[in-house]
Amino acid sequence: MPLDDGSVASFYATRKKVYPKSVAGLYRRLKWALLVLFLGIYYLVPWIRWDRGPGAPDQAVLLDLPGRRAYFFWIEIWPQEVYYLSGLLILGAVGLFLATSLLGRIWCGYACPQTVWTDLFMWVERLIEGDRTERMRLDRLPMSAGKALRKAAKHAAWLAIAAATGGAWVFYFVDAPTEIRSIFTGRSSLEVYFFIGLFTATTYLLAGWAREQVCTYMCPWPRFQAAMLDVHSLVVTYRDWRGEPRGKHKQGETWEGRGDCVDCRACVAVCPTGIDIRDGQQLECIGCGLCIDACDEIMLRVGRPQKLIAFDTLANLQAAAVKDKAPYRLVRPRTALYAGLLVLVAGVMAFGLAFRSTVELTVLRDRSPLFVPLADGAIRNGYTVKVLNKTRSNEHYTLVVEGISGARLTVVGDGEVGADGTDAVLDVKPDAVGTFRVTVRAERKVLSGESTPIRFRIAGTASNAVQSSIFMGPKP
Amino acid sequence: MPTKVEKDAVTGTETTGHEWDGIKELNTPLPTWWVYVLYASIAWSIGLFIVYPSFPGITGYFSGVVGYSAREELADKMRVAENIKAPFLDRIRATSLDEIRATPDLLGYAVAGGRVAFAENCAGCHQAGGAGAKGYPSLADDDWLWGGKLSDIEKTIRTGIRGTHPDTRTSLMPRFGTDGILDRRQIDDVAEFVLSLTTRPADPAAVERGRAVFVENCASCHGERGTGLREFGAPSLADKVWVFGGDKPSIVRSIAEGRGGVMPAWNDRLDPAVIKMLTLYVHTLGGGE
Repeated sequence: MPLDDGSVASFYATRKKVYPKSVAGLYRRLKWALLVLFLGIYYLVPWIRWDRGPGAPDQAVLLDLPGRRAYFFWIEIWPQEVYYLSGLLILGAVGLFLATSLLGRIWCGYACPQTVWTDLFMWVERLIEGDRTERMRLDRLPMSAGKALRKAAKHAAWLAIAAATGGAWVFYFVDAPTEIRSIFTGRSSLEVYFFIGLFTATTYLLAGWAREQVCTYMCPWPRFQAAMLDVHSLVVTYRDWRGEPRGKHKQGETWEGRGDCVDCRACVAVCPTGIDIRDGQQLECIGCGLCIDACDEIMLRVGRPQKLIAFDTLANLQAAAVKDKAPYRLVRPRTALYAGLLVLVAGVMAFGLAFRSTVELTVLRDRSPLFVPLADGAIRNGYTVKVLNKTRSNEHYTLVVEGISGARLTVVGDGEVGADGTDAVLDVKPDAVGTFRVTVRAERKVLSGESTPIRFRIAGTASNAVQSSIFMGPKP
Repeated sequence: MPTKVEKDAVTGTETTGHEWDGIKELNTPLPTWWVYVLYASIAWSIGLFIVYPSFPGITGYFSGVVGYSAREELADKMRVAENIKAPFLDRIRATSLDEIRATPDLLGYAVAGGRVAFAENCAGCHQAGGAGAKGYPSLADDDWLWGGKLSDIEKTIRTGIRGTHPDTRTSLMPRFGTDGILDRRQIDDVAEFVLSLTTRPADPAAVERGRAVFVENCASCHGERGTGLREFGAPSLADKVWVFGGDKPSIVRSIAEGRGGVMPAWNDRLDPAVIKMLTLYVHTLGGGE
């Protein structure tokens, strides 16, 4: 059905290609610095070495999936300690909430991998195809040898960066120096090539082709980040009280009775998501502040005060409209809550890591038989005892049973039981889990009913090498 | 397609032309590439139909161009698993029980394999973990009818008890009541005597009478003091483990009607390596001697 202007309405919108113009300024410099920092971290971290002694990997950051270990410098995490990973994710989420409620979408604008790689890809594009106007002209031109060459060069460069991205990813999971050789000599596993291919493809597609579409249509964060923002959060704002009414301005004309905005559309030209910040807060805005740099440059040129577009709070914007000022409130119930949660979770994790024991004990009670009556009338219960030796040396642990008077330990198979039968020495290999079948025998008269509490402990270690269980017996 | 296209006065957005009681739906279109992703998924699914087994036919089904079969995949994986197991089973066959017990990796394999074989073949009577049930002895306690050494357990599994194997373990507890060997009074006296063996309250006069009957009729298998004899699989009557119940009615019934559990011989049904693994598993349940 044609509209008044002759266009046809559709339920599907064709993508309007965005041609962001290059810009210079404070926020652009900040973005470059962070880009170099983050890419540097991403590409270099797997190459940091960390000596852990013989037999252990010497890569500082390594997620050894087949070996079931994760290494972060001096920290070594077992699969049983996956809660550290959960803690890290919670820290990341709460940190993101706090940063958003204070500073708006700085994650989206500066730190998100989608933004960082898109920025890098745009830089490459600008080097090869030129700035905004040249790129627009090139796209309008019919295909020619020169155009094909430029396009091919751009995509080749993008693919090379994408491959390097995918390649660097696998180094977090394997020993980087050995793997890089086998990757180039074709001796790596199919999995390695698959993941390199996968990350190459996604990087190329998302940073080269999809770009702002990822933020607008795919990413859930823009949808619910509004829940972290309030009128006191810093967001990229157009100071309409100063800018309006906007209009073209010729040199020498008076500024009386009009706003500072000269409607040059520089803010729109530099926007990586192709929006007009003067329309107010929008879901598509990633808060990168490049429009601030663009506008500042224009304001300087026309001789008006800078920061017509600025990081400001909506409260201040409202106050300024009536010639008032709203102070920036850093401490608010919301930020206090996020900061408190952040400190709490970080504290719990730091405590856990600082007092992380090198030995852990797990006790699994036999489910069948629940208990065994013995020939002399005593009762025996069976347990599977697992001792995690997180050190790099062979260890002898003394297992002690407590809570039932006269209880006697037996270790089926190897394991030396002490003279009085209340403790047993268990040998566990370095960096391994020792599994032992242990039986405990007790006289019927010392049991309190069908279920009596019992405790297993590794003698002489911190509190987490204790396990409570129960000792079952017949009905009294 | 919208039936009537117009722009919303407030937002300036096109409407879909759909109207309910004066409320018009705004048109916020999806990106076109989103639809192309849907089309690509449909094309992909057609590819799957061609590559993998799909359409049913009258006599069979279209097996796909790569000839994939889930059954064959399972069979392949099972073959791989068998190949991994084979060297262990060969070693277990060639090694004596005591040597296996002294070799940690072999013992670990044997006990794990024994656990699976036990659940498949033995747990029906002896219960999971060898817990036992009335009439089916517990394999986890320290009381053995026919012996709890590795060699004893292995022979029991191989030849069975009161079974059809020529070397089967066998014995017979007579039916003292049914066959009229003892009268009611004598059976009651013996039962009182058996109760006294485990220092439970019993009628002293009956115990004295029962003692004489016991020495004459029972002691040849169960021993003078009722401690049992493993050659005959005669259980100890002086301990606190009772396969068929230790209360007086159960004891009277055991004497009157006789007892004798049957266990099949497993030598024809199970591989010697499996029997060895079962032996080692049962031995580690807690009662191994």
